[in-house]
Amino acid sequence: MFQHNRLSNELTFWQKVKELDFVLLISILLLSVLSLFVMYSTDGGEILYHTKSHFSKIIIFFPLMILIAFFNIKWWHNFSYIFYIIIILLLLYVSFFGIKSSGSRRWMDLYLFNLQPSELMKIAIILCLAKYYHRIKIENVNSVTSIMTAVTIILLPITMVISQPDLGTSILIATSGLIILWLGGVKIKYFIYSFIIFLISLPFIISFLKPYQKLRILTFLDPDRDPLGAGYQIIQSKIAIGSGGLDGKGFLKGTQSYLDFLPEKHTDFIFTLFSEEFGFIGSIGLLVLYSIIIIRILRIGAISRSNFSRLFCFGFAFAIFFYIFVNLSMVLGLLPIVGSPLPIMSYGGSSMLATMIGFGIVLSAKINHKQMIA
Amino acid sequence: MIKGNSGIRKTDIINRRMFIIGAAKIIILTGIIVRLFSLQVNENKKYLTLSDKNRIREWKLPPVRGEIVDYFGNIIAGNLKVYQLHIIPEQVENFNYLLSRLKTLLNLSDKKIEKIIKLKNQLKPWESIIVSENLSWNDFLKINNYLYDLVGVKPVMTISRNYPFREVYTHILGYVSQPNEEEILANETVKERFVPGIKIGKLGLEKTLENYLIGTNAIQRYEVNAYGKRINQLEHQKGKQGLRVRLTVDTEVQEACGKLLNDRAGSISVMDIYKGDIIAMYSSPSYDPNKFLFGISNDDWALIRNNPLKPLVNKTLAGLYSPGSTIKPIVALSALENKIVSPSFKVKCTGKIELYGQTFHCWKEKGHGVVSLKNAMKQSCDTYFYEVARLLGVDRLNITAEKFGLGKKVLGDYFDFEKSGLFPNTKWKKNNLGKGWVLGETLITGIGQGYTQTTPLQLCLMTAQIANGGYSLKPRIIVDNNPISNEEAKSKLKEETLHSEQKKLFKDSKNIKIVQEAMFSSTNELYGTSYKSRIDDPKYQFAGKTGTAQVKRISMRERELDLKIEQIPYKDRDHALFVAYGPYINPRYALSIIVEHGGSGSRTAAPIAKDLFKLIIDREDLRNKQKNFEEIEI
Repeated sequence: MFQHNRLSNELTFWQKVKELDFVLLISILLLSVLSLFVMYSTDGGEILYHTKSHFSKIIIFFPLMILIAFFNIKWWHNFSYIFYIIIILLLLYVSFFGIKSSGSRRWMDLYLFNLQPSELMKIAIILCLAKYYHRIKIENVNSVTSIMTAVTIILLPITMVISQPDLGTSILIATSGLIILWLGGVKIKYFIYSFIIFLISLPFIISFLKPYQKLRILTFLDPDRDPLGAGYQIIQSKIAIGSGGLDGKGFLKGTQSYLDFLPEKHTDFIFTLFSEEFGFIGSIGLLVLYSIIIIRILRIGAISRSNFSRLFCFGFAFAIFFYIFVNLSMVLGLLPIVGSPLPIMSYGGSSMLATMIGFGIVLSAKINHKQMIA
Repeated sequence: MIKGNSGIRKTDIINRRMFIIGAAKIIILTGIIVRLFSLQVNENKKYLTLSDKNRIREWKLPPVRGEIVDYFGNIIAGNLKVYQLHIIPEQVENFNYLLSRLKTLLNLSDKKIEKIIKLKNQLKPWESIIVSENLSWNDFLKINNYLYDLVGVKPVMTISRNYPFREVYTHILGYVSQPNEEEILANETVKERFVPGIKIGKLGLEKTLENYLIGTNAIQRYEVNAYGKRINQLEHQKGKQGLRVRLTVDTEVQEACGKLLNDRAGSISVMDIYKGDIIAMYSSPSYDPNKFLFGISNDDWALIRNNPLKPLVNKTLAGLYSPGSTIKPIVALSALENKIVSPSFKVKCTGKIELYGQTFHCWKEKGHGVVSLKNAMKQSCDTYFYEVARLLGVDRLNITAEKFGLGKKVLGDYFDFEKSGLFPNTKWKKNNLGKGWVLGETLITGIGQGYTQTTPLQLCLMTAQIANGGYSLKPRIIVDNNPISNEEAKSKLKEETLHSEQKKLFKDSKNIKIVQEAMFSSTNELYGTSYKSRIDDPKYQFAGKTGTAQVKRISMRERELDLKIEQIPYKDRDHALFVAYGPYINPRYALSIIVEHGGSGSRTAAPIAKDLFKLIIDREDLRNKQKNFEEIEI
């Protein structure tokens, strides 16, 4: 049977359906439904713009994810470089013709919604590097050319994203890329060396930061520096989370958010609202849900026969984890404020699209986990 | 196979490295959970407080002031509904239009309009501007009729102080008005309860009892959003009205005092001789305290301030007068107590005596002939008292006078402007004027002239303490928590003297009796100075002593001219005084009357007492029957 399947190379539709990871699927669905309720709360307990928009995005992107899952992982493997190049081109387009909003040029008008190509790059870079390290011979992994190639693959998009400017997303892209390098077998010493170089050049980098970015770092170090100005967000976020307590203030009863003390509650600070209303118990519940998703993705990576699938799954699982880590650390006052959404929960089409594509490919890897890729 | 091998080796590396990352993830996740726990569980209280601080804002409303009632429970300082006009700027569509509409409707001055615009710029858009604090009913109706056209205008009904008896109680109660910054800072309670529009006591009992009367603020808690806008009302915490204060005064008597003085400058005090209750305390002329509530107009203020009869001065407490002959009972008592004279001691009055070349005149030019103590008091013979004072000496007289309350504040706890007056002695003169005492000064002190200065209330207290048999009284104007009957008060007074010698003002009660009898004869026997004002009915019969205090030294020429009162300029006329107590049998009340520049005590002051005693004694029953109602402790 095995042989036959491998030779015939294609599963029937029902076989594919049977092979779907239902635990992962249900978890994602659960998270999506939860995000709708939270969005409903940010709208002040009414079905207003954000709720409707978020709902419509789920309605479009969730089936899209399943559609992606039904494409053979091999196809995604073949498509990886092209995908990366398309996104690079989009980034290029955006840097010239993008919509400018609050000082940065990140978006392109797609008529239905504004697409942020840098969000898609978070997935594209994983795909691209997964393919690269899947194909490269183990002996060549640490050769100068291959490392230079990989680093170029990472540096190209992040320079474009930084110049938008969008520090948060570029950090996320860089980290997602670096993790594939790590998984691919690049020697530890290179990581250590480059970390040291990074530290040395840090003052130099800081001098290149925009004033508002410097302010964010200073504010992070001491939020009470300017409690009504730059420190306001982080102070209010901590108040909201802290006042939530063990079991929260209750659904739709988060005073910090509905009285507008909480800034950007739809996007970066969505966890703050959730945590205020559902408390420590609710927050742990959310983290458990995320953990289930991550563990399922890791499991799929572990059972995949192809290293491409494995690299993508591990890389994507890490990326999801890292997004959550950066977002939570930010709202909990552990990291400076860098714009970084919470996957699925945060309002924002591009972020959800990227995440759903990622989930789709993971599901495809699951369906085709026995598939070898040459 | 090499390729396959490479693939497997690669897989191993990937798995191994994933494992390391997995471990790191668990550590990081733990860190985040610990942080969440510390914020949400450990520091929950702190952040909950901060969150409430964010969202809950309190609005204090002006407290409702406690009422002040007279002995019978009639409200003498109450609260009245007033109509106010507020503008809430954020609700106004067109501010200029609104102002022009209001201007024509209410006849507002340009100055007022400017003030409103200035206020608008100072306040936050949701804070109301008070356009008018006290709108007339007509204006209030007008506003309500045009309300559809006045978007953002809010007619408000609120409560304000009111003095229903107008000028009758001004000098006791004082009045309330808006506090200035100093007054807010000076009083912790006011500071704490201050809200715009609050009124505090500026004078009198309203000022002294501020902390009892003020009441507590009603508090309205609102939930506000990040921009400070009220979202919804959380709770309304009712304020407590200030305490109700009941005074010992009787409005009927107080009003009668005002009528009897009839806008002449002067004062009347009436006191219960056993309880020390002040039944009336009227200073004339008075003014209407209601005018001060919303800021007095310049014209009204000028009228009060420039009145030569000085309505702003509380003459009962802060008016200083020579007691004149009303001091004679004390001189007589002091002489008796010090065994200088006996009732049978006699002096021959020839109309004047000479001392070291100085002549001291008796008021009766022809003299009284040979007079005893009783006759001297009855006819108010100055010569007799010159002689007695000379024998007694000012220092011994001073001791008795001070015992009876002269030179000391009577109600100083309640009225900060009260004056203590003065009864001189040799030491006082040495210390204050740096000169030795002269015997001639003893003589004039003996007839209540010279350095002696007394307030009308001191004279009333002095008389009351003679009337009650020589027991020290603690006068009071606020009803306390332990109502007692007259008899109880009487025996309590005597009982207290057993424990404290200080309370007993006499050595021998016979001496008090002699003085009382002498005062009786002065009013009720022929040739007595107040004989014309006597009441024969024993129910009202009273004993008194007239006094005529010189305002300036009478020159020889004037003495010879013997001018009629109408012929003397007002400012130079003598003050007319009268002190009395009654009924003579079983006395209950003492009073003192002063009419500034009223001429002689017997002609001007004593007749007032006649009218007053009738009223006071008629009301005695009512007063005794008055049930004690909810009392407060002060």
